[in-house]
Amino acid sequence: MTEPILELKNVTSAYGRIKAIRDISLKVYPGEVVSIIGANGAGKSTTLMSICGVLKPEAGEVWYDGKRIDGLASDLLPSRGLCQVPEGRRIFPRLTVEENLDMGAFFRRDQANIEHDKNRVFQMFPILLERRKQHGGTLSGGEQQMLAMGRALMSRPRLLLLDEPSLGLAPLIVQQIFRIIREINETDGVTVVLVEQNANLALKSSSRGYVLETGSVVMEDDAQALLANPDIRKAYLGE
Amino acid sequence: MTIRASKLWFGYAVAMAWFYVLLWPLLGIKAAGLEFAASFAIWSKVAVAAAICLVLYQVKQAGAFNFLTKPTERVGEAASAAFRRVPTWLSLAVVLALAVIFPLFTERYAHDVAISILVYIILGLGLNIVVGMAGLLDLGYIAFFGVGAYTYALLSVHFGLSFWLCLPIAASFSALAGCLIGYPTLRMRGDYLAIVTLGFGEIVRIVINNWMSLTNGPNGVLGIKPPGAYWFNGASLEHVWLNHLEQLYYIILALAVFTVLAVYRLNYSRIGRAFEAVREDQTAAELMGVNTLRIKLLAYALGAVFGGLAGTFFAARMQFVSPESFTFIESAMVLAMVVLGGMGSIPGVILGAVALIALPEVFRGFELYRMFVFGGVMAAMMIFRPKGLWPAKRLGARSEERE
Repeated sequence: MTEPILELKNVTSAYGRIKAIRDISLKVYPGEVVSIIGANGAGKSTTLMSICGVLKPEAGEVWYDGKRIDGLASDLLPSRGLCQVPEGRRIFPRLTVEENLDMGAFFRRDQANIEHDKNRVFQMFPILLERRKQHGGTLSGGEQQMLAMGRALMSRPRLLLLDEPSLGLAPLIVQQIFRIIREINETDGVTVVLVEQNANLALKSSSRGYVLETGSVVMEDDAQALLANPDIRKAYLGE
Repeated sequence: MTIRASKLWFGYAVAMAWFYVLLWPLLGIKAAGLEFAASFAIWSKVAVAAAICLVLYQVKQAGAFNFLTKPTERVGEAASAAFRRVPTWLSLAVVLALAVIFPLFTERYAHDVAISILVYIILGLGLNIVVGMAGLLDLGYIAFFGVGAYTYALLSVHFGLSFWLCLPIAASFSALAGCLIGYPTLRMRGDYLAIVTLGFGEIVRIVINNWMSLTNGPNGVLGIKPPGAYWFNGASLEHVWLNHLEQLYYIILALAVFTVLAVYRLNYSRIGRAFEAVREDQTAAELMGVNTLRIKLLAYALGAVFGGLAGTFFAARMQFVSPESFTFIESAMVLAMVVLGGMGSIPGVILGAVALIALPEVFRGFELYRMFVFGGVMAAMMIFRPKGLWPAKRLGARSEERE
């Protein structure tokens, strides 16, 4: 296989003295959809925050696109094509939908392409076009998730980290969101790392998966194999 | 919303009892012994006035004033509808025209008040960039006003530099001071930032107060030149000092208009959006590629620039500066204007400045009770218009309020 676009080598991160993740190693290859599943507090979001540099890893290395990025300021990553849709969406509630999208393209200067990308986001999520002058905070949960994804897409990512995109959303909206995730991956060739509690849905949309338990990787396999694994079915798929 | 009468009167009784407990130690404890008559006399007046207000409120709730309020409401609605149809530029032009002809119809005292209002408008708009747009609570903002004032004062007295030249110099000095103070402090968030800025604001004042050789300490700097200009005197061009109040009024009006335009442009620029993104959610902004420390420093420095401009004018207008003008109470005053007017809203901040400077003047008639009435009005405004007199258009809950 080719070189991985993202690689974590024995990453350990802590909040104060409490270690949230220990010795995590994982690889993501270009064009893949990789899901990270696990229960509450398993360290899924911490892993993403350590990749993005919001949390500085205590030990270990993070490699992205052939370069080491741990210790790098997190605001330098979007311009390199690494963007995260954080947990809880975290859109800017008092900016309008359109301004939120503009913030996604903050580091970009190519105005014509920005307009093009904005139109593409509006095509993907027609509801955002309808609400473009509305404040982000007045949108429903599903619309906010779409806005958060649209905002991240405005940075033209090559690797998109999605933290719990299905959190608190109606099943119909979740399906729509996952359809878009597949579309982004297949048509635009964006590599996706998907952190989910909804293991069934996440594994069905991805090629490989990692299982996190109390801060460590306990299993890694093809998504199909994980879906068939009786232990996984019991622990995460409610059987 | 109607409150039941018994609950209303119970609340009234509690409030009045509490008020007397607060009032009596202030007025009743004298060297000669304890005294009740004076405090009771004042208390009874307030209690009667409040009771009358309550009765009026209840009568109004019962609908006895409908014959009065209904027509006024209709007139009010019609007026606001008519006002909405007037284009913005026209209403702005009217306000500006009124501001320009204002000195022709008024006298010295009004000019004086108007000048301080305009100085505070510039300060308020500057602080609005920091507090309203970038969401950084700054309790030491007046330090930049002081830096601007002392920059012009010293350059004018020692080197004879002109006001107009010193405007950009003082503004850049303030911006530099903003960066110096901001660099260590802006890593903090929320309440911690407020305390640290409060400390730095005091440091600047105390340095000015104690650096005798440079600033002449508490004695202040005397003999600052007012702004100069070249004007036709008959046929020849002559240099004159613009030290009449009307002339100063027009200078500060021009500076205020410049500030309003600059802040308006900033509000809708890419940088202004980044300020607001940092205010809304710092981590999310960082994930979108915003260098949050740099953006916050920029907000701080831009706010300081307007503080410096206002300070320069202040020094030129007073022709004297001393550290006393830059105490914490001034910072609090400017912050109150921003909050009272409506954070992030330009017309709001202007209204806030007008209210906070003009109201104490209006209440001069109350003499001793002036500040008391002023405080009461402020409390009432915050109860009835918590988002400010003229709230910014950006509403909706902030992310931390929802969580």
